[in-house]
Amino acid sequence: MFDVLNPSKIFTWIEKLIKFINSIFFILLLVALTFALIVSPPDYLQGDSVRIMYIHVPSSWIGLASFTCIALISVLIFIFKMKNLILIAKSIAPIGLVFTCLSIITGSIWGKPTWGTWWAWDARIVSMVVLGIFYILFILSNKFIEPESKATKISCIIAIFGFINIPIIKYSVEWWNTLHQPASIKIDGTSSIHSSMLMPLVFMLLVFLLYCALIFLMKYKTEIIRIKKKNLKRI
Amino acid sequence: MLTKKVKKRVSFLTIFLALTVLGVFSILKTLDRNLLYFKSPSDVKADQNISYTKKLRIGGMVKKDSLKIDSEDIEFVITDYKNEIFVSFKGTVPNLFLEGKGVVAEGILNDKGFFIADRILAKHDENYMPPELKDIIKDVK
Repeated sequence: MFDVLNPSKIFTWIEKLIKFINSIFFILLLVALTFALIVSPPDYLQGDSVRIMYIHVPSSWIGLASFTCIALISVLIFIFKMKNLILIAKSIAPIGLVFTCLSIITGSIWGKPTWGTWWAWDARIVSMVVLGIFYILFILSNKFIEPESKATKISCIIAIFGFINIPIIKYSVEWWNTLHQPASIKIDGTSSIHSSMLMPLVFMLLVFLLYCALIFLMKYKTEIIRIKKKNLKRI
Repeated sequence: MLTKKVKKRVSFLTIFLALTVLGVFSILKTLDRNLLYFKSPSDVKADQNISYTKKLRIGGMVKKDSLKIDSEDIEFVITDYKNEIFVSFKGTVPNLFLEGKGVVAEGILNDKGFFIADRILAKHDENYMPPELKDIIKDVK
């Protein structure tokens, strides 16, 4: 059914894509960092610590988006038994975990000068940590549970269960009083970030997404090689 | 494609999801007020059995022209534009602690209108803009 996902055929494509992304990634990163660190203005209140936002916000988005992808893939695996897809979910998970951690760490670095504390038992922050825990559970269950079919099943359930946390993270700042500020960029497209700051933010998001794609492809390649080495026929 | 087995798995997943959503929802509903990071002055006023010995956090806006800083104390009024609480505090405040901006104070309630804080956190709003623009907006106002 999904011929594109056939590991042996996709192999050469991955190689090409990795080379392509590698060729443009560092240039784009330099441009985006120039915008984020030098060209963009400081904030009227926070001053230069606003620049942390250019890393914090895209990482949080990627953390949330990755888990949503994993959950959707898990539903497909669970219902239609498309076992090839677990390789994709497995390759996304570490990226999501790294960016979730990055989001929490940068948030806490930003929180010290602005809020006056590193950490608060605030609904948004705690639910974000819970997301990180779900990532870890997903990765560990894939690594340590034997046999593999059982690992796939359990990790899928974990992902689907963990997905409930995503809307909680998103709406935590609206449902409850939190120290964390509400979203600056709304789903309907309005934004309370000035355009001179929005531009570097979008640019950084783009660079982060490219980086994710790069890591994903490399990881996916290794997963395929691992399967081939095991010489499993079913894949 | 929709064989019997697939249908079975779909229904399992639907029930599983419905139950977990229900479960999580009821947990959140039970925790309800405890999930709030801080109480607003109106919450404090409405709460009949609020504790005067336990630490709690109240939050809102620092009322304009209410901030008084002298060598020992920082005094200000937290408002949610309906009710107000007078706050007294000794210590250092974060950079973003300003009049007309959000604040969360941690400490002990003396009575319903007086709060002794031992920690002040600044709450940042969702607006980001360059300093020049801020001046322009101020001029217009």
